[in-house]
Amino acid sequence: MMEKIRQKKGLQLIIGLLVGVCFGFLLQKGGVTRYEIIINQLLLKDFTVVKVMLTAIIVGMIGIYLMQSVNLVKFHAKPGSVGQTVIGGLIFGIGFGILGYCPGTVTGAAAQGSLDALLGGMLGLLLGSGAFIALYDTLQKNILQKGYFGEITLPQVIKINKWLLIAIITLILIAILYFLEKAGL
Amino acid sequence: MIKPKIVCLLSLLLSIPVFGQNESSPKEWFQMVRWSPYIVGVCIGILSWISFLLSDKPIGVSGAFAQSYGMIEKWFKGKKIEETSYFKKYSLAIGWEFMLVVGLFIGAFLSAKLSGDFRLEFVPGLWQAKFGDNAFIRWLIALLGGFIMGMGARWAGGCTSGHGISGTLQLVVSSWVAVICFFIGGIAAAMFIYYGIAK
Repeated sequence: MMEKIRQKKGLQLIIGLLVGVCFGFLLQKGGVTRYEIIINQLLLKDFTVVKVMLTAIIVGMIGIYLMQSVNLVKFHAKPGSVGQTVIGGLIFGIGFGILGYCPGTVTGAAAQGSLDALLGGMLGLLLGSGAFIALYDTLQKNILQKGYFGEITLPQVIKINKWLLIAIITLILIAILYFLEKAGL
Repeated sequence: MIKPKIVCLLSLLLSIPVFGQNESSPKEWFQMVRWSPYIVGVCIGILSWISFLLSDKPIGVSGAFAQSYGMIEKWFKGKKIEETSYFKKYSLAIGWEFMLVVGLFIGAFLSAKLSGDFRLEFVPGLWQAKFGDNAFIRWLIALLGGFIMGMGARWAGGCTSGHGISGTLQLVVSSWVAVICFFIGGIAAAMFIYYGIAK
């Protein structure tokens, strides 16, 4: 039945739109589309962003792994390498810290009236994507494949019972959230 | 013996009472300026189930910006962009991801309008307190930050949603590495700007 829904192109565009509407609504309600919340997260003064992300990871992880175990969903693991993931991640981070929004929140910020996000951040994001596309061949040849480790997931690396691992990760993430609340952050 | 699967299920069920804490009507809920980050997180987690289930896709935002760039260049320069090795690997068609970003914009607009949190603002308050209210300087810095972030997102193969939420929740190693690097870079840049440059 899911296959039928997934193959309907028009319906998929509507589902994409609706998932986006919910996502944008939630990001704005969470306050993470505000420059102040993101910068204060990066200055380690306000942990709203981390709280949203860790809670989403816990709930998402358990649900996706449950559905995967009964073949309702497939995983979509992205491959990685040191040259790609570490260097790209650090470049992304520097831009993130300078701008004060990420790609999703810059779009949400633009929609709540933040003109720096609309005219500066989103335009920069478009042009930066273009610059990467232009440099793609060179980067692919020289950097992106360095230290390749592929599409691996933690249960493939840490060879214990998958559900035990998920339980441990859940407990660690809840402990982090508990500590943050205790510390008043 | 305690089964780990049961523990996971139980902790999921324990999150449900979070929703029951507030007695307000749905209308009042939508009009609130802020929701608890935990409620927002739980809802985003559930949204990721829906996205995987109905569309077989993880939620991700930054890829659509590369596609939009490709579309714009195609407008001006014709079909040449489709010949680039990037678009041979990743299709240029405007599809699900693009619609997600359009939806994201609509959703954030609705949220801000319903709560009265919508306001036109060029220079955020925190920036203004440190660096003044010059809109051009803020625009230039936002453009520069967006440019670097856009490169980095394609370089790393995802952003704070594609890697940071969708990848990490599948326990993908590259996504955990990426999100840690996002925060290392972000913390370094923000601290440099606010403690290094600001007086």
